[in-house]
Amino acid sequence: MGRYVLSRCRQVVPVLFGVTLITFLLIHVGLGDPVRAMMGQRSDPEIAARIRTEYGLDKPLWNQYTLYMGKLLVGDLGYSYRQRRPVSRVLAERLPATVRLAFAAMVVALLVGGIAGTIAAVRHNTLWDLLIMTLSLLGISTPVFWLGMMLILLFGVWLGWFPISGYGDGGFTHLVLPALTLGALQAGYIARMTRSALLEVLRQEYVQTARAKGLRERVVILKHALRNAILPVLTLAGIGLAELLAGAPLTEMVFAWPGLGRLLVSALGNRDIPVVLGATLLFALIYLGANFLVDLAYAAIDPRVELTKR
Amino acid sequence: MRAVDGVTLSVRPGEMLGLVGESGCGKTVTALSILRLVPDPPGRIVGGTISFEGRDLVRLPEEEIRKIRGCAISMIFQEPMTSLNPVFTVGEQVAEGIRQHQKVSRREAWDQAVEVLKRVKISDPARRAREYPHQLSGGMRQRVMIAIALALRPKLLIADEPTTALDVTIQAQILELLLGLQEEMKMAVMLITHDLGVIAETADRVVVMYAGRVVEEASVKELFDNPLHPYTQGLMESLPRLETGKARRRLRAIPGLVPNLLELPTGCKFAPRCPKVVEQCWPTEPELREIRPGHSARCILAG
Repeated sequence: MGRYVLSRCRQVVPVLFGVTLITFLLIHVGLGDPVRAMMGQRSDPEIAARIRTEYGLDKPLWNQYTLYMGKLLVGDLGYSYRQRRPVSRVLAERLPATVRLAFAAMVVALLVGGIAGTIAAVRHNTLWDLLIMTLSLLGISTPVFWLGMMLILLFGVWLGWFPISGYGDGGFTHLVLPALTLGALQAGYIARMTRSALLEVLRQEYVQTARAKGLRERVVILKHALRNAILPVLTLAGIGLAELLAGAPLTEMVFAWPGLGRLLVSALGNRDIPVVLGATLLFALIYLGANFLVDLAYAAIDPRVELTKR
Repeated sequence: MRAVDGVTLSVRPGEMLGLVGESGCGKTVTALSILRLVPDPPGRIVGGTISFEGRDLVRLPEEEIRKIRGCAISMIFQEPMTSLNPVFTVGEQVAEGIRQHQKVSRREAWDQAVEVLKRVKISDPARRAREYPHQLSGGMRQRVMIAIALALRPKLLIADEPTTALDVTIQAQILELLLGLQEEMKMAVMLITHDLGVIAETADRVVVMYAGRVVEEASVKELFDNPLHPYTQGLMESLPRLETGKARRRLRAIPGLVPNLLELPTGCKFAPRCPKVVEQCWPTEPELREIRPGHSARCILAG
């Protein structure tokens, strides 16, 4: 187990190299000149040149990259151009809000999607099945920003049940609408995956064995079948959680949620290169972490899976 | 479509009834129907009675039939590789059935489960009980299935091709185990198989099925000495025999295939493949008639 964790940690290094390299190149190809973005309408070439030297932007690209990586290896993510603070502090400030939202949305998605998918599988080919599958398709295909605005309109403006925007004092009520908005998409995916996985499992002979033992249908489904069907759902939920943690920029924009997604969007607008790089790196780490968690969960649920050093 | 039609069977306490036929002839559906385990939809029991200790299982409420499953009537399935749930230990799977039907604590159920595993001759049962199905061999898993089925000393055991998926040497061990346990528990056993060799070694009485119908029924000795239905005769001739000299002959296969249940002939269902078919076989299906005491066949030429 310890060796397994170690080998997984070693995988992190090449991924981080790849991610930084690609992001670095893309930023310099496509993002435009950060110095011009900083200076706005004023264009004093002398000042511009001084800023360029100060930030090391006058050096060749490969040199900039090696300098960045050199600092990264000792944990220094650089300074934000715009906020004039360490990037690590900027990210750390935004992370809790995103984590809260992502986990709340995932709980919504797992509860709603899991229950709906189970009902659809058990009531296969009935009106329930059709209804749930239609709703899940709607959940997957509805644009997030539109759903967010509709929820704001219905529950915020008309019914006045929940605040429509912002983080508030970090209380529960501010979390409800963004979590529902973000969770809807994942709930749709999870419902469909749960249904198909469960239908597959219900055809297995061990389900017949469980029934032949005289177990209640509820136990057959919830214990024997679901425990097996949950594995593919977990994989999906792991990727989904990573997606949610990677900021879900649209939802954060719609609800003015102070998370990483919104930070990344505004950093891109400001050409705040260190923040863009830092946030991208963090997202890559989050994906790796989520995959690792899924693997651990697999090993915990399925005795046939053994964690071995790869 | 009627997968099984007009099948009448009976089995007495302590008796081993063999149910024989080719794949797809309705053996498994017949067996599953007894415990009402035919998946519905698509399957349905449209009529008939299944009488067990004076109660009609067909008309029992779901809750009542559930109390019989795994307790008074148990079942063993063909594929030991897939009949056990991969994510629970075998001990849990045996104990679960015990706890379902008896008011015992988790601990007691576990101890009983280990005891049953020992009875089906699993070595080191206390350790094996904590293992998962993928850690056991095929023969071992079938022993676990038998343990699950026999944990509560059922009155009737339905064994659906219990040895088909196993190696020949393991087959013999499992059959011996079943026979031994039957003797010990005095239960009725319905052994479903396509293997006449298995029947000859184990069964007291045999029912031969074809296309969802019973075509012949007799005691095992009577059936092997004197098969009356051409289908049974065909099955016997397709068995390899140890004979030397002039008696040696090529194996004879029954020509044709098992009929599609959607396109059954109106008369005798075996007529299209029957070597002795005559004009009268086609218009109406013959009845199952008792030709001699305890020996019936569904053929107009018999007797």
